[in-house]
Amino acid sequence: MTRVWAIVLRQFYLLRGSPVRLLPMIAWVAIDIVLWGFLSRYLTAVAGERFNFTAALLGAVLLWDFLTRIMQGVTTAFFEDVWSRNFLNLFATPLTVLEYLAGLVVTGVLTSLLGIAAMLVLATFVFHLSFLVYGAALAPFVLVLFVSGITLGVLGTAIVLRFGPASEWLIWPIPSVISPFVGVFYPLSTLPVWMQAIGRALPPSYVFQNMRRILAGQGADWDGLAIAGGLAAIYFVLAFTVFAWVYRYAMRTGLIARYSAETAG
Amino acid sequence: MTQAASDPVLTVSGLKKVYDGLTAVDGVSFEVRPGEIVGLVGPNGAGKTTTISMVLGVLEPSAGKVIIDGVNLNAHRARALARTNFATAYAPLPGNLSVEQNLKVFGLIYGVKDLKTRIEALLAEYDLIHHRKTKCGLLSSGEQTRVTLAKAMLNHPKLLLLDEPTASIDPATARDIRARIVNSARADGCGVLWTSHNMYEVAEVCHRVMFLARGRILLQGEPDALIHEHGVANLEDLFVSVAHEGLHDRTGRPA
Repeated sequence: MTRVWAIVLRQFYLLRGSPVRLLPMIAWVAIDIVLWGFLSRYLTAVAGERFNFTAALLGAVLLWDFLTRIMQGVTTAFFEDVWSRNFLNLFATPLTVLEYLAGLVVTGVLTSLLGIAAMLVLATFVFHLSFLVYGAALAPFVLVLFVSGITLGVLGTAIVLRFGPASEWLIWPIPSVISPFVGVFYPLSTLPVWMQAIGRALPPSYVFQNMRRILAGQGADWDGLAIAGGLAAIYFVLAFTVFAWVYRYAMRTGLIARYSAETAG
Repeated sequence: MTQAASDPVLTVSGLKKVYDGLTAVDGVSFEVRPGEIVGLVGPNGAGKTTTISMVLGVLEPSAGKVIIDGVNLNAHRARALARTNFATAYAPLPGNLSVEQNLKVFGLIYGVKDLKTRIEALLAEYDLIHHRKTKCGLLSSGEQTRVTLAKAMLNHPKLLLLDEPTASIDPATARDIRARIVNSARADGCGVLWTSHNMYEVAEVCHRVMFLARGRILLQGEPDALIHEHGVANLEDLFVSVAHEGLHDRTGRPA
């Protein structure tokens, strides 16, 4: 546990020493909430009270941002070690790969809480979005998105470890690439068949389908949420397995040593 | 099993690394004893950093065994690496953390007992008290090297690995740093494996030196004895001669 704490402490020092790192965590989510909040308000004004646009659109944005923040929390913590060429210093120590990943995940969760708090405050007090409208299903919603965020974060770190710092640009757009398939703003039935098939294999799809069902007064589809939980657990294990495989590959090929010390010898 | 005081702190046997058919290290075997400073020298591409990387556990050997203070690195990685530490000019500590913060983070990773006291002692020993709140990236090369060395001494390592610790440092600072390393190693009784291209440095601090070329140890012995045995003026001349031999076969043609 001490070594996991060391990884978290390093990130805490970075955040404390540089407010510039803190600002984007709050600023981007605030911009998202304000943009979608006003759009929801406008649509409600045009269409009347027949449909709860605030809960459907703003709620969807908030839940999707929750996943994105968790993922970026994990990957940003990892990128700090890429940017400061710290791999040799870290991995030539008693630190195990599992402890390192655990440190990244804890850091990701803690840092994303800042953004999530900002989102909740704005959504609740400015746009009057109440998450109570989702009822008991909110718990599996949060759990599925939380686990999926960590999974994507760990997968992103594995990609950068394998393909090098230049592959960082592949990681940032991952949530944007996935979002059309999971139907954040529309039912999966809107999509072509092949996209629906991909969507059904992605746990967040079930969260957004359920969100719309609840708002339409149909109640939660608990079987669907159970499938989402099962898929999220499988992908979670797979992501850690992929990272462990990439780590072993990096050890075998000297990738870890070369990340920091490109010395001849 | 308890490790006796005179037992080697590092035993490397039959260590080999092959990359896509290219042999970088070819069956290297050696030992480092407590309190002994062993120089690992050789031309660029000889396999020094590859050897050090394998001893540090960041590169998986194709064959062979590394035992640190009686603990097999392959079987008990965390336990073995807790007994060692390292400093290299090519892997400075994160420049965006202060000296004190870096020492705290790495002290926790190495599980150092009474960390606060240990950090204070090292800050004093390495002349870093006035820089404790300074971000490492803002320090001069010499100061950064002192921080890296303070980190390397945090856990009282049984084995210290130094990969060109004085590279890119002016001669006066390098001499100061060498003296600090030797004093610390003597005080803690740790074994040191030291790579360098500076033969004067190696001759000054090392009890024993190993010449590596094309992934093999070609020569080893005490610096003075080697100079005498090979009839050369100094270790640098011997280095040039060995490096040349290592690159050519006996007929004089490139190997």
